[in-house]
Amino acid sequence: MRWLLRKDLAILARSRVLLALLIVYPVAIALLLGFAISRSPAHPRVAIVNETVPGETIKLGREHVPVAAYVKGLFDEVQAEYVATRAQAVTKVDSGAVLAAVVLPAGLASRLASSTNQAQLEVLYNGNALEQSLARSTIESELARANLEFSEQIQTAARRVIHTLLVGGKLSSIGGPERILGLEHLPATLGGVAARLPHGSARTQLEQIDAFAGFAAQNLTLASRVLATIGQPIRVQSVLIHGRHTPLDTFAVVVAVSLSMMLLCVLLAAGGVALEREEHTLARLLRGRARGGGGKALISTEGLLAEKTLLAAGVAFVVALAMLAGIGAFVTLELSRIGMWLLALALGALALSALGVAIGALAHELRAASLLALLTALPLAFLALVPSGAVSSGLGKVIDVVSFAFPFKPALQALDTAVNGATPSLAPSLLHLALLTCVFAALARLGLNAAE
Amino acid sequence: MSAVLRVSALTKRYGPRRARDARAALENVSFHVEAGELVAVVGPNGAGKTTLLSIIAAVQTATDGSVLTAAAAPAGGGVGVGWVPQTPALYAKLSVLENLQLFARLERLESPQAAVARMLEQTGLRERAREPVARLSGGNRQRVNVAVGLIADPPVLVLDEPSAALDPSQRERLWELVCGRVAAGTAVLFSTHNVSEAQRYASRVLVLDGGRLLFDGAPQELLTRGGESPGGDLERALVRFLEDASAAATSGGAYTEGAP
Repeated sequence: MRWLLRKDLAILARSRVLLALLIVYPVAIALLLGFAISRSPAHPRVAIVNETVPGETIKLGREHVPVAAYVKGLFDEVQAEYVATRAQAVTKVDSGAVLAAVVLPAGLASRLASSTNQAQLEVLYNGNALEQSLARSTIESELARANLEFSEQIQTAARRVIHTLLVGGKLSSIGGPERILGLEHLPATLGGVAARLPHGSARTQLEQIDAFAGFAAQNLTLASRVLATIGQPIRVQSVLIHGRHTPLDTFAVVVAVSLSMMLLCVLLAAGGVALEREEHTLARLLRGRARGGGGKALISTEGLLAEKTLLAAGVAFVVALAMLAGIGAFVTLELSRIGMWLLALALGALALSALGVAIGALAHELRAASLLALLTALPLAFLALVPSGAVSSGLGKVIDVVSFAFPFKPALQALDTAVNGATPSLAPSLLHLALLTCVFAALARLGLNAAE
Repeated sequence: MSAVLRVSALTKRYGPRRARDARAALENVSFHVEAGELVAVVGPNGAGKTTLLSIIAAVQTATDGSVLTAAAAPAGGGVGVGWVPQTPALYAKLSVLENLQLFARLERLESPQAAVARMLEQTGLRERAREPVARLSGGNRQRVNVAVGLIADPPVLVLDEPSAALDPSQRERLWELVCGRVAAGTAVLFSTHNVSEAQRYASRVLVLDGGRLLFDGAPQELLTRGGESPGGDLERALVRFLEDASAAATSGGAYTEGAP
């Protein structure tokens, strides 16, 4: 096996394109991913048509907010490009110069201030499904954020009025009297007046007004609390059951490394076995098995498969480690967990390479092996990344079974645990990978024997 | 002279083993080869030549029958039969020297370097030892292919259509190499479609058709059986011989090896 391994390393070293790819690929992926997750996302370009009267303000309680300031706040997360007319905006959207356009109609301020009519913005967009989705989601999330802020300002103003109604003060800013007493003070005042009155109908009526004032004060206090609840009816409290919170960027690192490792493992291992067939050396290496006790092959089937698996796993391990180190320059990774990284990478690479040799044993030529390896690897990666709740339960179970039967998902989980501490323990994933290594090695052996 | 290769009642069927209609590629083939003999296996396409040689070389298993070599398997490994497949089974990116060194080591030879040097000498490839196999001509590639088959110095060498893709001068150099080994005592069994090669080099000819061995004897004897005079055309004699065999089989008569 040692000589065969040396031979394969020599061939690999002489395959300049493949060797260059093995060096350039992890570096390029590490740099691209590193830059992508360490830079904030680009702001989409959006044309703004502001048809409101210049200098117009929106009155919120005692405050006057300029429409221009509102518009600026509304489009914090986009690259705004102001245009004069709706027609200009349509032209820009049509030409692709901007992703979308937003038209703020005249009368926006009065509608916002009326508290009875909903203000309306017009959003114009175009492009393919992805661009449409990006435009809609960006603008709708910005509007939702602006609406929430606006609603909070309205609530603040309303709570101030309610507070004044309760404790007394000035309400002239909203057209009320210069000074009001406050509902909370009414019972004491009315109680004092009623006590001085003789028993009779006037005193009874005053006591009824006193009781109503007390009731109104209690309910206005409640209304103030209800207003706060309406502003944000549901608050989310997140509880992570196992492990630590995994930031999306470090999970992206794990996905990129796992995916690269899978592609390298299956392509190299499948290609390694298929190349022996294509160069007609497989029969020369394995002949002798056919003679039973009367002969001995140059290498056993198990030895040949182990050699191909180790070669692919070794190369993928080095490349994956280089990728992690490269991406580590951009994203903070805990180097103290490096022992677990190595274990996860080693077992993952072995299981994925065993899948590769099984593919190589089944395919009869190099091109078929490469194609089969890709056609197997890409759907596996896709299925492993589908969240379990995102599809129907039946389909989810099928995906779970497929992901369980192939090594990509366990390799991803093991690396996620090793790098991010994402799941409770590394051991189950490693055990799963070891089991899959044995299963695919056995399948590869069957495939080679069947090909005799 | 002693037999170094004994093939007894060799049968190979493709398809399910117990199925009655499984296609027979070889049917009850028996013969032996002695040390220093050069035996040609001839016959039409699909006669079973490659299957026979593959089973002798332990590339394929027989459904029935046995293949015995007189010499024990080499100390390190192997099957005591050198094999030269029709298409060179070599690593194109490795040099001639690296290919020979690899197979010498895989054969677990006691002195791989000496075996490699010997093969480079015998094949006349010393000057091209460091060239990648991918850059060699078809003839030189086939010589490396033969050298790999001979690297363990087997008592029996099996060559499957060794000269099929070679030009006349390359063929000449190949046969020089093979005849040198025969002179040194190696038993050589080769298949060919080029009957004149069998006439020129082989001491014995085996004629296979439909998986059955129809003739085993000297080329001169096949000439006679095919109605040719001594020194006549062996190819014409073979064609006539096969036609007669086919006619006999159609008329219900058995046409077996040695039948007049």
